[in-house]
Amino acid sequence: MTLTETPVEQVAKQPVRPPRKRLRYALTVAVFLLPSAVPLLLFTLIPMAGSLWTSLHEWNLITPMRWVGLDNYADLLTSEETHAAFGHTLYFIAGYLPLVYAGGLGLAMLLNRAMKGRDLFRAIYFLPVVTSWVVVALLWKWLLNPASGIVNWAIGLAGLEGPGWWTDPDWAMPSIILASAWKDLGFVMIILLAGLQAIPNEYIEAARVDGANAWQRFRRITLPLLSPSTFFVVVISLINGFQVFDQVHVMTGGGPAGATQVVVEQVYNLTFKYGRAGEASALSWLLFAVVLVVTIFQVRGQRRWVNYG
Amino acid sequence: MAGSARVVAATLITALLATACSQGSATRTEEPAAGGKVTLRYFTFSAAPDHVKDLDTIVAAFEKENPTVDVQVETAPYDQYFTKLQTSIAGQTAPDTFELNYENFVTYAGAGSLLDLGTAGGDTDTSGYATESLNAFKHDGKQFGLPASFSTVVLLYNKDLFEKAGVALPTADWTWEDEKAAAEKLTGDGVFGDFQPVTFFEFYKALKQTGGEFMAGGKSTFNSPEGIKAAKWLVEKVGKTMPTEAEIGGTADYDTNLFKSGKLAMWHNGIWQFAGLKDVPFGWDVVVEPGDTQKASAVFHNSVAASATTKHPREAYAWAKFMSSSNVAATTRIASSWELPPVSDQAVLAGYLKDPVPANRQAVFDSLKSIALPPVIARQQEMQDAVTQELTEAAAGRKSVEDALTEAAAKVDALLG
Repeated sequence: MTLTETPVEQVAKQPVRPPRKRLRYALTVAVFLLPSAVPLLLFTLIPMAGSLWTSLHEWNLITPMRWVGLDNYADLLTSEETHAAFGHTLYFIAGYLPLVYAGGLGLAMLLNRAMKGRDLFRAIYFLPVVTSWVVVALLWKWLLNPASGIVNWAIGLAGLEGPGWWTDPDWAMPSIILASAWKDLGFVMIILLAGLQAIPNEYIEAARVDGANAWQRFRRITLPLLSPSTFFVVVISLINGFQVFDQVHVMTGGGPAGATQVVVEQVYNLTFKYGRAGEASALSWLLFAVVLVVTIFQVRGQRRWVNYG
Repeated sequence: MAGSARVVAATLITALLATACSQGSATRTEEPAAGGKVTLRYFTFSAAPDHVKDLDTIVAAFEKENPTVDVQVETAPYDQYFTKLQTSIAGQTAPDTFELNYENFVTYAGAGSLLDLGTAGGDTDTSGYATESLNAFKHDGKQFGLPASFSTVVLLYNKDLFEKAGVALPTADWTWEDEKAAAEKLTGDGVFGDFQPVTFFEFYKALKQTGGEFMAGGKSTFNSPEGIKAAKWLVEKVGKTMPTEAEIGGTADYDTNLFKSGKLAMWHNGIWQFAGLKDVPFGWDVVVEPGDTQKASAVFHNSVAASATTKHPREAYAWAKFMSSSNVAATTRIASSWELPPVSDQAVLAGYLKDPVPANRQAVFDSLKSIALPPVIARQQEMQDAVTQELTEAAAGRKSVEDALTEAAAKVDALLG
């Protein structure tokens, strides 16, 4: 928010211009905004308004819409399926977020040292981030195939029996968490790496001179100074986590036995399989509300732990 | 400030309107095609991948008879077909004509999405159709679809595997007990004895084979002793004579490939598989599916329907009629084993028996003597998914068959409202 407000304040502080010049200035601004504003309006804001309108109707996509007011919301809030879908989504986040952060931080620390082939490793770890989700999901589906996957083959070599992975309701969500963390590791790594490089070496040196050991330097210097990057990673990953869909849709389709039925998968099924577009739109808005509230709390809470040095 | 904001807003709105207008006109200019030719779109799931050429043959014959119509074929696999169809209807880009199966017909006819083909062409001659087929696609007394094809499910078997194991070949008199005994003897050495998917479609049929009913008087009736017997018949094959879910591992067309590679002895599947099995390197044949207390074979019906919003109702009707009952369509289907045409002319149907593989083609006609039609409700897909999901739970051993059926019945009753 603060970023977008700055130019406006600058405009206000400008010396008073003649009206013609002000118009020219506004037009210039408009022309520069147009390339991103038009797609935003056409493909995000207008569809959002459309889905809000749809959420107040009963609509199976092939018959005319029927007005039902807030019934869809009332039905969803009391439906067991909705509670289960939010539960599964939270389960995903609880597994995904710590894993992707810890993994990304570890990689960033490793690749922040001077070492041979560092740039190559950075590129390799970033590769999954720019790979299509469908490709990654299919890849993990093969790796984790209970009967013929390489992971269970390796576990078998150790004389153990691998789990049923995505065919077993208890292991399906961990399978998806694993694939998701693997894919996003590189993204977290890059952000944290940038954060690490912004930490002046003098601080670490000074701490070393004062006799701080490696853990103390990490805990007292690096981690606090990394907090703005951590904050960014957590906000983005949390929003992505709530919207988890592609990997679920490709790997399990919400199964087995509904164990990975997350909110967006539910939205998809309601609309495109069951012709309940009104309820699906209402569910999207409920998800939006949850993400909004969580993000507001995070932004408010950042004062307590984010250190902008 | 306020002034410049207004300018920005005005510019944005103008830009938006300009884009919107150009979009609107783009969708409306397709009407006057070159040379007064009408482009008629036809969307189908049953043609690809094995019968695209056969459909081309029928289209070419139609266009020869109707030189002013250009039929444009669009295909999609069955599991994506209905998502695409309903999205195109919602987006007002529905194809002029499209294939519609019996299970989904009620949903679309009830929604007012279909053109009444009984009046669209000013022609009410329906003498070429088998009456039962015609009636299957009537809704509120109106003919919203013309029956184009039907197919049945039979028991396909690998003759070589039976002979190697010294097991007597299946006959029309077989019951579940015979099938089970043979499957157990045939399983082993990387060969599976049997394959019958644990799904809604197999369940409602097995239920009828053991004398039960799926629903009656607007309520589910499958949570019964017969229902439990039918569910156990399917579920108890898994992991014994049939691969488990984990072994299948979500592989597409797993059963088709298993049978084609000669590692499956018995396979419950439809006659639409015949064309794809032409070149397998082993002997195979078919027999009417074994029953328990009675025979009951699944029959699938497909029709050609037209969109209520088509701008070419006369051409749509002409194509629907040609695709469903013309001599070219019927003989092309017969010659390529592309399901069966629902025509009343028995001489045309007799041609189906001429093809030597599989030898016992008569079983296809015999299977029609006692059929099991799928139960159809307005919320069809949800019902199918609910029943399949609960049965899958039982098959994986995570629930007892009794609990699975109790929960499936509760879900289906909720959908029946």
